[in-house]
Amino acid sequence: MSDPAPDTAAAADPAADKRSNRGGGPASSTSPPSAMAKQSWRDWLNDDAPKSRRQAKLAAWYRAWGELRANPMAMFGFYILVALVLIAWTAPLIAPHDPFDQDLAARLRPPGSAGYLLGSDSLGRDILSRLIYGSRITLYIVALVALLAPVVGLFVGTAAGYLGGWLDVVLMRITDIFLAFPRLILALAFVSALGAGIENAVLAIVLTAWPPYARIARAETLTIRNADYIHAIKLQGASALRIITRHIWPLCISSLVIRVTLDMAGIILTAAGLGFLGLGAQPPSPEWGAMISAGRKFILDHWWVATMPGLAIFTVSLAFNLLGDGLRDVLDPKKNSK
Amino acid sequence: MALSDDTADGERQRKLPFSAFLKGAWQVLWTVLITMIGLLAVTFIIGRVMPIDPVLSVVGESASQATYDAAYKELGLDKPLITQFLLFLGNVLQGNFGESLLTARPVSQDLIRVFPATLELATVGIIIGIVLGVPLGVVAAVKQNSWIDHIARVIALIGYSMPVFWIGLIGLLVLYGQLGWVSGPGRLDIFYVDIVPTVTGMILVDSLLARDMDVFWNAVSHIILPAGLLAYYSLAYISRMTRSFMLEQLEQEYITTARVKGLSERAVIWRHAFGNVKVPLITVIALSYAGLLEGSVLTETIFSWPGIGSYITTGLLSADMNAVLGGTVVVGLVFVCLNIFSDLLYKFFDPRAK
Repeated sequence: MSDPAPDTAAAADPAADKRSNRGGGPASSTSPPSAMAKQSWRDWLNDDAPKSRRQAKLAAWYRAWGELRANPMAMFGFYILVALVLIAWTAPLIAPHDPFDQDLAARLRPPGSAGYLLGSDSLGRDILSRLIYGSRITLYIVALVALLAPVVGLFVGTAAGYLGGWLDVVLMRITDIFLAFPRLILALAFVSALGAGIENAVLAIVLTAWPPYARIARAETLTIRNADYIHAIKLQGASALRIITRHIWPLCISSLVIRVTLDMAGIILTAAGLGFLGLGAQPPSPEWGAMISAGRKFILDHWWVATMPGLAIFTVSLAFNLLGDGLRDVLDPKKNSK
Repeated sequence: MALSDDTADGERQRKLPFSAFLKGAWQVLWTVLITMIGLLAVTFIIGRVMPIDPVLSVVGESASQATYDAAYKELGLDKPLITQFLLFLGNVLQGNFGESLLTARPVSQDLIRVFPATLELATVGIIIGIVLGVPLGVVAAVKQNSWIDHIARVIALIGYSMPVFWIGLIGLLVLYGQLGWVSGPGRLDIFYVDIVPTVTGMILVDSLLARDMDVFWNAVSHIILPAGLLAYYSLAYISRMTRSFMLEQLEQEYITTARVKGLSERAVIWRHAFGNVKVPLITVIALSYAGLLEGSVLTETIFSWPGIGSYITTGLLSADMNAVLGGTVVVGLVFVCLNIFSDLLYKFFDPRAK
């Protein structure tokens, strides 16, 4: 086995080593030859004959990272998202104003006015500061949905796929019914039943987003369940629960991760749509969709109030799309067989 | 939507075409039935979780306890949940969704009134989307990695990333507010309303039937922006799918053969390669049409388009649960039908699916 991307690997800076290591997930807590220098770190990762499972796994992640780095569009998306996380994290430090601070004397200032880089809204609040704080809400929603929906799908899909029989039929029929619903309308109906608010919006999006993950997890399970090593552990007396949680789940993760990244943009747009309709975050919360809704009344005379949050939503979902496309190219197992 | 397909069926199909057909039809019917009942069950459950007391919304806040109890009984709320669900099912089958709080009319009548507006919007949208998206996808595939391929990719990427309600607002701001090229929100200017008799409920069709070109062009100037917006979203999807289908075909050996035979490039691309792309493409178009019906919810809100999307959202904001559930059921049913239709089409036309 030769290194598929020797030049990018050689160009990788030490920081890249650290990041790819972090990408290794649970395996990152291991201590590889830590006393050695950075150079041999890279050698260890590019070793043709990995000596442990961890090394092989880390090496695979390292190579994937190298490929991803070679894709400028994906990296562009990646950097935007890193910036978004940093902005959300340091919001109180970098926001020029309090996002809730009203100043009616300074209402509807155009972008570029002194102290209001992106202008102010109808209550004289600084739009830039509200966007900065709003990034926290966006990340919060995205993170919650991205954590919950695939987990629900994983539970349903692996149970259906591994246990089979009538359970499979029933679970997949339910999945099909949820898939048959138009997503936004189902989410709308859920939120209207549960009441408006961020948590309920998240719940509604999760309830509409899990079926594709269940499908993927089931498909993966069906290919794995008859593998020899599954039979081997079954003969050793492993319970179904143990087989599913220890041996099937880990193998479903990577296809789920790709799908989640590709779905992120859709999640952001749905959340913003709910906010825009007044069913997500409630005022005065600086949620981006709700901000557009508030600026709608002034759109013809004061364009910036609705335009700026829209640009923010666009930038973030574009970043997720770019990164998702890149990740799919790198991690797609079908690609290697061609 | 997957209709269950087992390979054993294919064997039997050759021997006993008619009984296999019956079996296939029964299977499809069964799937449709189960899915629809499931759809109604989900809607029913959503209706039951609603924190609003359905009795109070019927009798009002100041009703006496006796009136309240009577209404409670009349709505069937004292019966077990399963009976209630069967009652609900029976009502829906008769087209009875209850009365809307907002319009004080039966929800079914409201739905008949608003649905054509959505249908008109989505249909114009999908037509523009197909007319532009398919050729764009084909050209992008034929000239892979050329500038036009890159432009097609950027167009699709932006389409996937842009909030529809935001770009709708920007469109209104620029094309209506600044440039005045299109008309503003609504389906018609106020002095054109109710001039042509309602036949189909779709103003473009009705005005043509009445031969009233003034109304027609006014309707066009109103629909062009929201429909163009929806078209953009379907275009993004359709062009990407067309491109990947075409790329798959152009790699095949029969294309090389056709070229070696000396066929013109046009015949190779449009007759040979595109001929094989048509079937999966119809599926994609059916799905994106269903998506447009859904996408119209936000679009209609922006453009004050009196369609089913606006109906659902106004229902939501005024806690008009009957309206919301009725709208949800109708959109859901249309969605399911389109899904199944595209599935059937695929099975019918694609010999490999048999």
